[in-house]
Amino acid sequence: MPDGAITKTAMLEIADLHAFYGESHVLHGVSLEVRQGEVVTLLGRNGAGKTTTMRSIMGIVSKRSGSIRFQGTELVGMAQHRIPRLGIGYVPEERGIFSSLSVDENLTLPPVVKDGGMTVQQIYDLFPNLKGRGSTQGTRLSGGEQQMLAIARILRTGANLILLDEPTEGLAPVIIEQIGVAVRALKARGFTIVLVEQNFRFAATIADRHYVMEEGHVVDMIPNDQLDANMDKLHTYLGV
Amino acid sequence: MTAKTHLLGSRPAALTVRGTATGTALLFGVGLAAAVAAPFLLYPVFLMKVLCFALFACAFNLLIGFAGLLSFGHAAFFGSAAYIAAHAVKEWGWAPEFGLLAATGGAALLGLVFGLVAIRRQGIYFAMITLALSQMVFFLALQLPFTHGEDGIQGVPRGLLFGLFDLGQPLTMYYTVLAIFIAGFAIIWRTVHSPFGQVLKAIRENEPRAISLGYRTDRYKLLAFVLSASLAGLAGGTKALVFQLASLTDVTWQMSGEVVLMTLLGGMGTLFGPVVGAGLVVTLESYLASTSLPVPVVIGFIFVVCVLLFRRGIVGELLARLPGRSR
Repeated sequence: MPDGAITKTAMLEIADLHAFYGESHVLHGVSLEVRQGEVVTLLGRNGAGKTTTMRSIMGIVSKRSGSIRFQGTELVGMAQHRIPRLGIGYVPEERGIFSSLSVDENLTLPPVVKDGGMTVQQIYDLFPNLKGRGSTQGTRLSGGEQQMLAIARILRTGANLILLDEPTEGLAPVIIEQIGVAVRALKARGFTIVLVEQNFRFAATIADRHYVMEEGHVVDMIPNDQLDANMDKLHTYLGV
Repeated sequence: MTAKTHLLGSRPAALTVRGTATGTALLFGVGLAAAVAAPFLLYPVFLMKVLCFALFACAFNLLIGFAGLLSFGHAAFFGSAAYIAAHAVKEWGWAPEFGLLAATGGAALLGLVFGLVAIRRQGIYFAMITLALSQMVFFLALQLPFTHGEDGIQGVPRGLLFGLFDLGQPLTMYYTVLAIFIAGFAIIWRTVHSPFGQVLKAIRENEPRAISLGYRTDRYKLLAFVLSASLAGLAGGTKALVFQLASLTDVTWQMSGEVVLMTLLGGMGTLFGPVVGAGLVVTLESYLASTSLPVPVVIGFIFVVCVLLFRRGIVGELLARLPGRSR
């Protein structure tokens, strides 16, 4: 790759991304970058295009233009099943736990795509709630446990970029706390994480930088250490 | 058509698993003993017919019950395999085992062609494409010279299996069919319980999610389709040997409908359901044939009752009512 210098700084680089659901134009030129080892959040109101950005990265939204480069590889135009094989793990908002499979089967279903994935034992250490639940049907777990399972099964694959779509949605504060601990542990292990969040208080406890989205654009980027100074601005962006 | 979960009772997980395993082993043992003893109590040809259709329905169920693909053209595999086996054994003088191999291989090839075309579409379009392709096979069977049109291939010799066992003996033929059925069933059992089977279940439940986990789902669906077609072909070839006949009945769309009926009646997505469904339908057909009742009306009525009262099928409903069973 001639742009080796860029890949050193940016692991994921999105430039002028447009995406469409049928006729409706949802993303209007999103640009952002995520560096190796960073935790970056996408903040914004409902309908701002946060989830669509993730779905575009994974190729689930197939009608898209612009550029999405992961470690120098262009993802726009790539076959959908090949994208996760590059080492991108996606945990969708609806979690996508398979009800016809047990917890163990859900955990071992995703193909291992790279070396360096976590072992099942390490995953149990990270999410003790899942231990001993192996033969339970996947969707009989509580909402929080299903979220943990959805994250856990990505960790086994060796993916080094993880896209988490609203991992705290609808969960009790004590569970959110556990998810936060896990995400920080993952960051410490060197995973790069992109997080969609409505709850910026949660986001502020784990992220390095925040991108603010509005109506299909990135309107602002706030480093976490400048969050306090920008609180007023953020309230305008996110407030009702 | 979606995978639903029906859970009753709340026994600890470990106990449930062990209970399920012993239950299944017990069921297997009883079933096997009954199958071995059956020809001394019942008419062997009838039993062999049940076994052939049970294997056919199990093969069909692998596709609809575990991969979520409704094929409405499975008679094409069943019927053309019957023709291949009959022709190879009668005209070319092949040994029955090679006739069956050719039948299975032919059905697999046909399945590959059907699969490559049909897999690109989903739901009703998938069903319609398989139906259209199987109608093409039907007209070929009607017109090609080697199939002898309306007459079919008659008087197929059963021959000597491996040059040793005379399949002309009803009991030898019966135990051969039983062995073929068990082998086919074992392949399906293994497939469903393998990682491949888990991917199939994941595709049935949520195909976009399976893709975004990194699976090329078309390949998995195609493999399931070919496997199902091959086993349907094995059943068809066996049936041709049992009845010493390959006829147009085996390739008609009604035959495709019949296997759907057997699977739904017995319980889609359960391993034993299609066996029970096939047994029920074949039994009804042969008993009703000697009465004045119209067979399709009675079976249609039973089907309506089944859909209204126990939508999971006979075995599906039983499993759901057993405490602690997970599926």
